[in-house]
Amino acid sequence: MSAATNLVALNTIVRREIARILRIWTQTLIPPAITMTLYFVIFGKLIGSRIGLMHGFTYMQYIVPGLVMMSIITNSYGNISSSFFGAKFGRFVEEMLVSPMSNWVILLGYVTGAVTRGVIVGALVLVIALFFTDLHVAHPIITFVSVVLGATVFSLAGFVNAVFAKKFDDIALVPTFVLTPLTYLGGVFYSVDLLGEPWHTISLANPILYMVNAFRFGVLGVSDVPIVTAFIVMLVFVVGLSAVALRLLSRGVGLRS
Amino acid sequence: MSIHKHRSEAMRLIGLVPQELNFNQFEKPFDICVNQAGFYGIGRAEASQRAEKYLKELRLWDKAHLQARTLSGGMKRRLMIARAMMNEPKLLILDEPTAGVDIEIRRSMWQFVSGINAAGTTVILTTHYLEEAEQLCRNIAIIDQGRIVQNTSMKSLLATLDVETFVLDVPSAPGVLPVLPGVVLRTLDDHTIEAEMSRSHDLNSLFAALSSHGVTVTSMRNKSNRLEELFVRLVEHGRENAA
Repeated sequence: MSAATNLVALNTIVRREIARILRIWTQTLIPPAITMTLYFVIFGKLIGSRIGLMHGFTYMQYIVPGLVMMSIITNSYGNISSSFFGAKFGRFVEEMLVSPMSNWVILLGYVTGAVTRGVIVGALVLVIALFFTDLHVAHPIITFVSVVLGATVFSLAGFVNAVFAKKFDDIALVPTFVLTPLTYLGGVFYSVDLLGEPWHTISLANPILYMVNAFRFGVLGVSDVPIVTAFIVMLVFVVGLSAVALRLLSRGVGLRS
Repeated sequence: MSIHKHRSEAMRLIGLVPQELNFNQFEKPFDICVNQAGFYGIGRAEASQRAEKYLKELRLWDKAHLQARTLSGGMKRRLMIARAMMNEPKLLILDEPTAGVDIEIRRSMWQFVSGINAAGTTVILTTHYLEEAEQLCRNIAIIDQGRIVQNTSMKSLLATLDVETFVLDVPSAPGVLPVLPGVVLRTLDDHTIEAEMSRSHDLNSLFAALSSHGVTVTSMRNKSNRLEELFVRLVEHGRENAA
């Protein structure tokens, strides 16, 4: 297909994904907003007021970037895994597989849809956070790039999960047993500098730590890890997971009988 | 054109209506059609016009903006045909499109398929309804257990049938039927007789014999299972050979 027709196909998938996000907004946009409001009230205000400064910021200010990134990651992942698995389950993924569209257009369309949900939810959570504390974005470009890269990594991971999933339980397993523990241990609520060895070194193996800290650096200007390392880690994951996802699509794993 | 070497170009020429429903039940028929066109690189303005055209032709326009899950079974099948037409394919593959739909809808689908075929689209129809195949198809392939046991034109296939069966309506069937060489007569009920005879046998002698026995024929029709008989014969023959 030519570039122009690929663009039409890509636009079609993205529009369909965004229409889905908006159609079921009570499932896609409201729950994370409510959950994060509770986090801000309980951890930020009630408990946070008894905790001292962290890297020169109040506890509330410190956890806002982590919670925003956590929302972006979980919503990007959840969007693509449920949407693509839903298409597989309802068999309408076949609409795309029988079309002349390239596999990379399918992948990019779904990833763009998932990143869009991540960004919308992240923006909602950030707006809610402004009711609880003042924030001044230190590095807007780094903030934006870290959001897009972080959301892309987890969109790709969610896509791979959806490709392998055979039942709806399979798309809940990874978020429950992998994503949630890694997120909570990825420096959302604390600085890993507070941890002793070996937990500090072990924490450095957690990819979410780099995403949270890249975003925190963008917003607050502080980070537990070098910012260049954080971006390299995210880029490596984007390239690696894209290659895996495209390979799965071209081999028809989980898609063709 | 090789589908392996030129996949995109080849897929652009093909429309597919699978046997199983495979659209998003929560989307609207109009959106389903427009999105399908988008996957083929057709812009929204053109896609919207085509969606309207094919949804109208398949009598679904009044349901175009309702969720697809609210449509009846027959409507869902017609929606899949409308969707497959969005890229205006040169080859349309229909896998049992009329399975489980009522007679009226089946006839309207036949009419639509005949129309697009007359307009230049080649149609491959998979069906278990042999009456449907006999009415719609010029060429036929009979598949038994994944093996093609016959692949020819409908005309030449039907020509191989050397025996024909007629159903005769009579005011009252006689107790004893006349014996005629080359004709097997059977009483189906008090008002119907069936006559199985060679295609080369003339009908005049049959009517004369019946008339001489005091039997008046009020009407007559072909038994409409010609293809079915051939199908059974070919499949059984194939299985005997395989054994």
